[in-house]
Amino acid sequence: MGWVEVTTGFLSATIAMGTVLLLACIGEILTEKSGVLNLGLEGMMIVGAVFAFIVVQTTGNLVLAIAASLLAGALMGLIHAFITVTLKASQVVSGLALTIFGVGLANFLGQNYVGTVRVASLQAIPIPLLSEIPIIGEALFNQSILVYVSILLVPISWILIYRTRAGLKLRAVGENPSSADSLGINVFATRYIYTLIGGALTGLAGAYLSIGFNSSWMDSITGGQGWIAVALVIFATWNPIKAMLGSYLFGFILILGLRLQAFGIEIPEMLFTMLPYIFTIVVLIFSTGKFGKNSKIKQREPGSLGTPYDREARH
Amino acid sequence: MPQAVVQMKNITKTFPGTLANDDVSLTLKQGEIHALLGENGAGKSTLMNVLVGLYKQDSGEILINGEVKNFVSPKDAIASGIGMIHQHFKLINAFTVTENVLLGDKGSLFISKKKMQTSVAKLANEFGLDVDVSAYISQISVGEQQRVEILKSLHKNANILILDEPTAVLTPQEADALFETLRDMTNKGCTIVIISHKLDEIVAIADTVTVLQKGRVAGVAKGKDINQSNLSRLMIGDDIVLNTTPQESNIGKTLLDVKNVCARNDKGLQGLCDVSFEIHEGEILGVAGVAGNGQKELGEVLCGLRTATKGSICLSDKDVTKCTVRSKLDSGLAYVPEDRLGTGLIGNMNSIDNSILRSYYTHKGVFIDYKRATSDVIDAIAEYDVLMADPKAPVRLMSGGNMQKLLLSREIALSPKVLVLSYPVRGLDIGAMEKIYSLMLEQREKGCAILFISEDLDALIKFSDRIMVLHGGSVSGIINREDAKIEELGLMMGGNKEGAS
Repeated sequence: MGWVEVTTGFLSATIAMGTVLLLACIGEILTEKSGVLNLGLEGMMIVGAVFAFIVVQTTGNLVLAIAASLLAGALMGLIHAFITVTLKASQVVSGLALTIFGVGLANFLGQNYVGTVRVASLQAIPIPLLSEIPIIGEALFNQSILVYVSILLVPISWILIYRTRAGLKLRAVGENPSSADSLGINVFATRYIYTLIGGALTGLAGAYLSIGFNSSWMDSITGGQGWIAVALVIFATWNPIKAMLGSYLFGFILILGLRLQAFGIEIPEMLFTMLPYIFTIVVLIFSTGKFGKNSKIKQREPGSLGTPYDREARH
Repeated sequence: MPQAVVQMKNITKTFPGTLANDDVSLTLKQGEIHALLGENGAGKSTLMNVLVGLYKQDSGEILINGEVKNFVSPKDAIASGIGMIHQHFKLINAFTVTENVLLGDKGSLFISKKKMQTSVAKLANEFGLDVDVSAYISQISVGEQQRVEILKSLHKNANILILDEPTAVLTPQEADALFETLRDMTNKGCTIVIISHKLDEIVAIADTVTVLQKGRVAGVAKGKDINQSNLSRLMIGDDIVLNTTPQESNIGKTLLDVKNVCARNDKGLQGLCDVSFEIHEGEILGVAGVAGNGQKELGEVLCGLRTATKGSICLSDKDVTKCTVRSKLDSGLAYVPEDRLGTGLIGNMNSIDNSILRSYYTHKGVFIDYKRATSDVIDAIAEYDVLMADPKAPVRLMSGGNMQKLLLSREIALSPKVLVLSYPVRGLDIGAMEKIYSLMLEQREKGCAILFISEDLDALIKFSDRIMVLHGGSVSGIINREDAKIEELGLMMGGNKEGAS
């Protein structure tokens, strides 16, 4: 293999791996902008993945599979919204519970599919002309439809959040729900909607993992990528554009681990599998606690993130 | 005869454990300034939160312009032309003034910044409300923030405006300006409700006063019936007279010496800036200032809860700037924080446990000597007139006054050399207030150096030997009691340095 093929393959895989993170990350940004912290991404992603895989295996229809993953993710989001918005329970506890539940459910439903040959897969759709650009063209413009969707979602979500009336309401609810409420904005509906959207996009990320990126089903297929997406939101300071850069960076690190092993480079493989998670921990350390107090991250964080809104709470 | 724009009939509202409004009726007439007067916890804010649809009443009905309305959310109240300016402003710090005002509007999908700003500026001009429409809320003063709140309501076409404790965060001069604006607005047909517990400002501005006491209407006053003694009788059932007066005291050597202290506030910004003062034996140094100008940070820096970024603190000639809280307490400092339940006492623990939290580590061995602790608490209860059914009941069930007495008794039990009191009588009734003040004076006579932070200028002038005024975290000046006048303190609270006037 020449270096051109190697580089192209590497970039392609990086973008593909990054897409999983990017979809989940944009979903989580929207959810967190409304003041709801969703730590259940890992669970939502894997549930989306397993439903997409099962639907493909039983019907062979990829569109139905994608719809199933969106629906499954949104339903998980609905559970989270019900627990944290309506019942006003702790967002942290609910998210953790959904992760444990989701991983368990997906492994249970998927146990008979481990090792089976997939009936259909998302195919790469080359974009005419653009895909012929050397190296970059192949990596960016010869990918599956979900990669293009994720790239389009970056400007769409940015404009939604920062340039539209709906976005102003979304940010107001996340910053200070009681102000929003006193102006007649429906805090509860807003939080429900964006938690559902976030869940659906995370489910979609799972679908890309199980019917696009991976060739077959395996136990715990997400392998912590939901958690990386949570950390990425902070890394990106709730900005979809930075989320894209961050996703591809982490995608690169994840792929690097896999590729270096394949080339037989004598570095213990555990070091590379650890890399993204170490990175995640570093990001979290710098965004919270002592380092984070005066940081940009703390300033950008939605003011009410993590706190259920209770209209009749007395201060 | 102006018509009744709002009628609230027989409103009852309960919260778990408290009856906040009990069969309260209220009528607002077009174009009047109606004051809602009562002590803290009398149910004023609750009643207005019911009117704007934030709280749902248990029983009773609301009529707007003669029509029965059933508000389920603030949206409905806004549609009926009612706007409320809450005590804690409901503004979004990360947004600009314009964004805050226009939030919740219907209109085109995308937002045009320029168009928005012009329309908000136009509205501000019309009502003479001076604000920078493109500034972020976090950049503007509290007075301006209040004007933004008023602007928000006006933009939503409110003609009934409710202001909850509007002057609590203002200097006397800013308050006068606000009252002028409000008077203007009533001339344009608006109806204003002011929630307050300050008698003097109500006497100055209100056309009608409804007095609430413990959730019930204690009386309604109009015209010439609106005077201090009449209102205070309605409010607490007695004329307010603080009988405690300070004796001449012997001021001795310096006990607390604070030099050029700087500290950050909770947001990480400069909260205290070059604060220097000293307090002598047997002296009370009063601290005046609009709430949020560094008082909290000062108290916390002194007792070690917040680190000083610069400067030094000496406690009877010993440098304690870098000492831990424990070692500061051991060298004779006592601190009564502004939130007595939260920083001061632990609500779910009983009075005995709370009392020994200060001294448990002096007990010998592993076990706590509960016998000694219980008898100490029972003595303290008797000495300081703390009313409680059972010393073993959680302290959160006690009234504010009794909590404060318990807390103060704990702090002075160890005969401190320096006592820091942060808003010691906030929210207390007159009886408890007297008791707290007399305990404070007693400590002064014993030679304690006292830092007395308060928002009550009359009490500051009455009890302090000297008064220090804080503005924006720096000292505007320190003046002696004999020279202290409310007007001058007001100017200093607004940032005028001493001598500039």
